[in-house]
Amino acid sequence: MTMSEGDLAVTEIKFVRGATIAARPPPAAMTGALGWLRANLLSSPFNIALTILIALLLAWLIPELVKFLLIDAVWTGADRDACREVVQHREIGACWPFVWERWSYFVYGSYPIPQRWRVDVFFAMLAIGVVWLLWLEAPRRDLGSVYFFIVLPITSFILLTGWSAIGLPPVDTALWGGILVTIVVASVGIVCSLPIGILLALGRRSRMPAVRLFSVVFIEFVRGVPLVTVLFMASVMLPLFVPEEYSPDKLVRALVGIALFASAYMAEVVRAGLQAIPKGQFEGAMAVGLGYWQMIRLIILPQALKITIPNIVNTYIGLFKDTTLVFIVGIFDFLRTVEVARIDPKWAAPVTSTTGYAVAAIFYWIFCYAMSRYARAMEARLAQGDKR
Amino acid sequence: MSIDLPTGSPPVRVAFYNDPKVRSIAYQVALCAVIGFLVYAAARNAIANLERAHIASGFGFWNTTAGFDISQALIQFDSQTSSYGRAFWVGLLNTLLVASIGIVIATILGFIIGIARLSKNWLVAKVAAGYVETIRNIPLLLQLLFWYNAVLKALPEFRESFVIPGGIYLNNRGLFIPQPIFKDGFGWVLIALAAGVIGAIAFYVWARKRQEQTGQQAPVFSVGLALVIGLPLVVLALAGFPLAFEFPAAGRFNINGGIEILPEFAALLFGLSIYTAAFIAEVVRAGILAVSRGQTEAAYSLGLRARPTLRLIVVPQAMRVIIPPLTSQYLNLTKNSTLAVAIGYPDLVQVFTGTVLNQTGQAVEVVAITMAVYLTISLATSLLMNIYNSRIALVER
Repeated sequence: MTMSEGDLAVTEIKFVRGATIAARPPPAAMTGALGWLRANLLSSPFNIALTILIALLLAWLIPELVKFLLIDAVWTGADRDACREVVQHREIGACWPFVWERWSYFVYGSYPIPQRWRVDVFFAMLAIGVVWLLWLEAPRRDLGSVYFFIVLPITSFILLTGWSAIGLPPVDTALWGGILVTIVVASVGIVCSLPIGILLALGRRSRMPAVRLFSVVFIEFVRGVPLVTVLFMASVMLPLFVPEEYSPDKLVRALVGIALFASAYMAEVVRAGLQAIPKGQFEGAMAVGLGYWQMIRLIILPQALKITIPNIVNTYIGLFKDTTLVFIVGIFDFLRTVEVARIDPKWAAPVTSTTGYAVAAIFYWIFCYAMSRYARAMEARLAQGDKR
Repeated sequence: MSIDLPTGSPPVRVAFYNDPKVRSIAYQVALCAVIGFLVYAAARNAIANLERAHIASGFGFWNTTAGFDISQALIQFDSQTSSYGRAFWVGLLNTLLVASIGIVIATILGFIIGIARLSKNWLVAKVAAGYVETIRNIPLLLQLLFWYNAVLKALPEFRESFVIPGGIYLNNRGLFIPQPIFKDGFGWVLIALAAGVIGAIAFYVWARKRQEQTGQQAPVFSVGLALVIGLPLVVLALAGFPLAFEFPAAGRFNINGGIEILPEFAALLFGLSIYTAAFIAEVVRAGILAVSRGQTEAAYSLGLRARPTLRLIVVPQAMRVIIPPLTSQYLNLTKNSTLAVAIGYPDLVQVFTGTVLNQTGQAVEVVAITMAVYLTISLATSLLMNIYNSRIALVER
């Protein structure tokens, strides 16, 4: 028996709704700001307690910081009296006039004042090189690396140490200091560590036993000891190993130590990149008749370095922080100039040390954070090709 | 059409200098010659320079009287009779002391922060991320100087010491805490502790074996806790508490008695632990993220609750990823403890490579000994790590 339209209409069940109800909004407590709060801050008793605890901590910490750095801070003054509670009869925060007055010392150290333009030119040239290399859309980046790894080191060496023949009076490295030294040490580490690191990494994977042995011993030895001892070795033993008349000055000794140390770490980073290259790439390169160095230069290194860029930058961050250790062998890097300035009786006040350290912390933090953001952006960019 | 290959022709002759074998040998000989020459020249110069400066060589200085004082010595040391060799041991023990306590604190702090970074609680995750980003991007040396000069040296002077109930004094000369004094009979407590530890391990082994055979679980944690902590406490009570405390007392010029914790030690410990914790947090976070979400979901679908899932499924797999980089962080902490020299904590470098080197002038020997110590620690650790890795590595076909 079939049922006609008419039958259905007659037996239509009246209590069933014909149309669907419009969707109701979700409960107010699950959406919007309230819902977010519930899900992210107050999801369980334990989380509520945690949120309150952290909120209290922040409510104490942030106002204290703002108060110290800005509200209670002293902005103008001539000497320590401006920054002492006993004299000013109020709570004193950061002592900024101390930083204003010592800023040029923090940047140049004791570099002779009439010659300081040379340091500025060096900073500008370095900035151009860094942007040229790091900005991926920059024109002629191949020229950029020639500039950064060859032209820049030679010209800055002449510029900073001086060359009487072209009218630049020599400046003894003992006078260098502050941010200049920090940047010089970091740049020398960066410029030297990559080529030496690549050579050591290749050596470690070489088929020649003597080359491999030398590379392994060097890398493991340097990585096994603290940088402080490497710097001690460079500063007390290096002068013993060379004839007295060629004894290198203090800064050069520290630079040698830093460069060797950074190279060993770089070698391991590059080695990881080399290991990630499939064997077929080596075999393919050999099959088309490339020699060893052609194979390395044209096929292997471009791929290996590309995937190691984030790790290379991370090594550079470590290197930049490690430059502070030259402090210990008596070189006036940025941190040492802060340390010297803060104990100067002219500015002796309870807040001077904290102010000095705050400035140094902000300086190092900005540089390292910028580098780590760059590494992360690079990582994301490189991962693009692997996305599906 | 086929190509007629000439048969029986002699093989292509290559000039001997283009033979890879010959070249490889030549390169290696050249490398050895260069290194040999450098070493020889360095040694010759060193001998000449040392003779000119009238500096003795050899390790004879090891037994010479040191004649200087060390502010913190775990073993008996005095400037009149102790030798340079003894100073070496004092420094080494101080290094190991700060490194081992630092490792414990950094691990605890690092695990808390690493897990907090993955928390669903937005505020907790952001604060943990802020901690890591701030601490990691500021040089350790700067942090040490801050703790030492700006925090601990800025504490009130001796006369205005903070007095914490329980006989604890805090001022800019350090933290003074009561010193436990062990009377007769305390040996029994130590024996009980050793017995408790051995018993706990034995129970763990037995419980594990039984679980593998029968599937029955045993309360390993609570039994272990009772054995390791409960048993010594019971013995302590039975022996009539053979333990007293010598409280520090404020004298006229100084605080006498008790244990003195130097501000140098405290600053180094704070700095190292806080700095390394930021790195450990990242290691832990990466390790937990490396366990795929499917593992957690599979555990839930088997009916495991959140805690057992974490304990039995996620943590064991995460540890496989965490432990190798964690060990290298421990090594970094140990190596970074050499920064003690900047704030004057008497560690190996400060005592030996600093003071002893300055007094004897024997740079080569002193630096070589110091490096050998750190190298031994590093190589021994990486050896252990390799053994561990090969045991724990996933067996794949």
